[in-house]
Amino acid sequence: MTALMPVPALTARTARRIPRLLAGLGHPPGLAGHEHAYGPLRVPPRRPGRLIDVVEASGLTGRGGAGYPAGRKMRAVAVAPGRKTVVANGAEGEPASGKDRLLLTRLPHLVLDGIALAVQAVGADEAYLCVHGTDGALLGHLERAVAEREAAGLDPLPVQVTGIPGRYVSSEQSSIVQYLNGGPAKPTFSPPRPHERGVHGQPTLVHNVETLAHLALIARRGDHWFRGAGLPSAPGTMLVTVSGAVRRPGVYEIEMGTTAGEVITLAGGPAVRLQALLTGGYFGTWLPAETAWPAPLTHAGLRAVGGSLGAGIVVAWPAGACPLAETARVVRYMAEESAGQCGPCRFGLPALADALAALAFSGGREGAIDGIAELLPLVERRGACRHPDGVAQLVRSLFTAFPADAHWHQWQGACGGVRRPPLLPLPGDEERDWNWG
Amino acid sequence: MSVTLRINPIACTGHGMCAELLPEVIELDRWGYPVVVSPAIPRPLLDHARRAVQACPRLALLVEERAGKHR
Repeated sequence: MTALMPVPALTARTARRIPRLLAGLGHPPGLAGHEHAYGPLRVPPRRPGRLIDVVEASGLTGRGGAGYPAGRKMRAVAVAPGRKTVVANGAEGEPASGKDRLLLTRLPHLVLDGIALAVQAVGADEAYLCVHGTDGALLGHLERAVAEREAAGLDPLPVQVTGIPGRYVSSEQSSIVQYLNGGPAKPTFSPPRPHERGVHGQPTLVHNVETLAHLALIARRGDHWFRGAGLPSAPGTMLVTVSGAVRRPGVYEIEMGTTAGEVITLAGGPAVRLQALLTGGYFGTWLPAETAWPAPLTHAGLRAVGGSLGAGIVVAWPAGACPLAETARVVRYMAEESAGQCGPCRFGLPALADALAALAFSGGREGAIDGIAELLPLVERRGACRHPDGVAQLVRSLFTAFPADAHWHQWQGACGGVRRPPLLPLPGDEERDWNWG
Repeated sequence: MSVTLRINPIACTGHGMCAELLPEVIELDRWGYPVVVSPAIPRPLLDHARRAVQACPRLALLVEERAGKHR
C-alpha cells in the first residue's frame, strides 16, 4: 500500500482565503475580541427573510453530517405558520470529531451570532443551544457568553443553553426535539420531521453549530464572498477533525474540495506509513490510502470513491494497525449506544459486534465473513434513525477496503495488529453518559 | 396513486401478526421482526394489507397512500 504520494502544494491564493471561521482564534476571547476579528453583526437587518435568500444563493450545506442545503431547511421553517423554534446542535456525539467543541469553547460568539440570525430569519420565539450535559465547564462557559450578549443587548431573544444526554444517538435532531419536549433523548419515528412539528409542536429549525457559524459570516460578507472558497458545486470552507497517524492532529479549516491527501499534509503529514483513511467517523467509511488520497473532501467527491464525508472526520490509519479489531471495538460501542427502540438495531448491532469480534480476535472460522455479510441487510434501513445504517456502512467499507486482511483473519486467525493499543477514540466507561433523560 | 406499506420500527415489538396475514409482502427476520419484502402493495392485496394494519397489536404497520410525486 502506498504512503507518501505527491501532493499539490497549497497555493498562496488558497492560503489567503482561509481561515474564515477560525480567523478569530488569535483574538482575545469575549465579545470585544469577537467583533474585532469578524466585524460587528448588524442585527436586525431590514428584511430578515432576505438572509434566507442569501444563504440559499451561497450554497451552504449543513455541516453536521447530512449535508442538506441550509437555506432550504430555513425556508421550510420560515414559511410554516405559527410560532417557531431554533435549535443549535452542538452535542457532538461522534467521538472522533472535535470541531463543534472547538467552535463552542473558542469562538462561541460566532455560533451565537448564527443563532440570532436564524431566529430572525425564520421568525422564532425561542432558541436553544444544545451541548452534552456532562460537560459542565462548557455549559458554564456558554452561559457566560450568552449573558455577555444579553448585557450588550445583542440578541433578539435569550438563548437557552441546554445540556442533553451525551449518548451517540442523542445528537440526532429528532432525539434533541424529543428531549426538549420532556421525553428521552432518543430518535423518533418520522414524519413529522422537526421542521414540520418539533419543539413544543412548533416548526423547528435544527442546525449544527458550524452551519450557524458559517451563517454568521455569510450575513456579514454575502453569498459571493462565501462562494469565493471551495468548489462551485460545494462552496465555502469546512472544519475537519484529523487524527490517527499524523504529526499534528487537530481541527483544521479547509476549502470544500481540498483533497484528503492535502488535509493529511496540513495536519503535518503521515507520522508513519499509512495504509488507509477512515472518513466520516463511525457512520463513515474505510478507504485504502491510494483511493482516498486524491479524493476531494465533499459529499459527492467522497461518495464517488465509495467514501463518506460525515461531519468532516479523517483518521489516518497506519500500516500494521488492525482495522478489523478496531472496527469490532467501534461496532460494540455503537451497539451499546443504540437507543434499543427498534428490533433490528437492538438485536442486529450486538449480533454484528459479536460476529466482528469473533473474526477479528479469534478468526479461523470458515463462513465468518459470509455470516457478517448476511447480517448487514437485516439492519440496513430498518431503524427509525440512521444509526443501524451508519454502522452497516462502516462494516461494509471494512470488507471493501481490507479484503485481504479479512481473509487472513478468517483463515489464519488474529493478526499481530490486534494487540496494538487502540487508535480510534472511544469514551471510557467512566466518561460515558448512560442516561437518556 | 400508489399504496405502500411501512413499519414504525419503534412501535413494533415483533408480534408477527402482519407476516401471518400478509405473507406475500412481509417476512419475519431471525429475531421475529417484520421485513417488508416489497413495499408497494399490488391492488389485489390491498384489503389484506388493511386487515394486517388493523390486526397489529402495536399499531406499528402503516399503509401510506401517495398521490404522484413525494419528496
